Amino acid sequence: MEHYISLFVRAVFIENLALAFFLGMCTFIAVSKQVKTAFSLGIAVTFVLGLSVPVNNLVFHNLLAPGALAWAGFPDTDLSFLGFITYIGVIAALVQIVEMFLDKYVPALYNALGIFLPLITVNCAIFGAVAFMVERDYNFGESVVFGLGSGVGWTLAITLMAAVSEKLKYADMPAGVRGLGSRFIMVGLMGLGFMSFSGVSL
Amino acid sequence: MASAKEIKTVLFGPIFANNPIALQVLGICSALAVTTKMEKALVMGIALTVVTAFSNLFISLIRNHIPSSVRIIVQMTIIASLVIVVDQVLKAFAYNVAKELSVFVGLIITNCIVMGRAEAYAMKTGPGMSFLDGIGNGLGYSVLLLIVAFIRELFGSGTLFGVEILPLVSAGGWYQPMGMMLIAPSAFIIIGLLIWILRAFRPEQVEKA
Repeated sequence: MEHYISLFVRAVFIENLALAFFLGMCTFIAVSKQVKTAFSLGIAVTFVLGLSVPVNNLVFHNLLAPGALAWAGFPDTDLSFLGFITYIGVIAALVQIVEMFLDKYVPALYNALGIFLPLITVNCAIFGAVAFMVERDYNFGESVVFGLGSGVGWTLAITLMAAVSEKLKYADMPAGVRGLGSRFIMVGLMGLGFMSFSGVSL
Repeated sequence: MASAKEIKTVLFGPIFANNPIALQVLGICSALAVTTKMEKALVMGIALTVVTAFSNLFISLIRNHIPSSVRIIVQMTIIASLVIVVDQVLKAFAYNVAKELSVFVGLIITNCIVMGRAEAYAMKTGPGMSFLDGIGNGLGYSVLLLIVAFIRELFGSGTLFGVEILPLVSAGGWYQPMGMMLIAPSAFIIIGLLIWILRAFRPEQVEKA
């Protein structure tokens, strides 16, 4: 149990996908102008991360890993080179299923998430988390915790940044740094803040 | 085939005038994590240029046969296949760099530059020009990556491409390395300042308040 808690805390704070690995930055920079939209996007990302990391974990261990096809009578096959295309396919399919499910059964949430849902397929945070899961060789339980943890961390980062952006609207900055430039510098400073968590030993 | 002037705009425009990272906010996801060393940045730049150029070429070749409702999936499949090829080549011929780049080669698939150019340019233009557009945008990405990596490697570890430039104090020299340059947040700050510099020279890129 302790192992899972420390994995969760590490995924949320120390190895924050957005601030330590720069993943999901495209949406991070483009969307985070309003706290409300940023937060709904964060929820959507957490949702998809929590699903796609464990599902891809199962796919990897049962189909792609070297020797994984032994149950089908091919103990020597190694399909791991097909990884990338499989993961992105699984992610796209999952996003589609989630979208249809929410549309039918939870229309309120579906409307709140709006156009963000389909965009999540190409969100690097999802693919990055899946790739990290494979590289670090997490088992199924760890992958669930890691997926949810990274989602929460990402949501935290993007919401905080949106809050700062809202205040920055009133700042009088030099023309060249206005907008994009200032947002990069701000993320850098926030990243520095988050680095202080790396001193936490688990 | 288009005129020489047009080719020049397509090929060199994205480097400064219309840089995909600095102006269009595309592809920063992976741009920053690979810039602690020049070597990593160079390999990443080349990999992305190859993928963008060829995905543009192939998508442009079949653009009239792709039904618009499934075009994203078709583009994704082409891009993912190209990235797999690049990844396998890197693992075979540059194993150490491939190991250091870890997941970031795979992340080229979700790099918005590749998708963005496929969607915005290759779906509407002929194969020749699309190929050049891919190379141009890849170059724009690589140039920015190399500039950031130059600053970070020089001041962070006193080397360039692993060759010692500023002798470190720990090795008997005089240069005290800036540890901050090697951690993630410095990349954001450097790129923010670069955008500032770029816009100081090109006031038309400044955002409205």
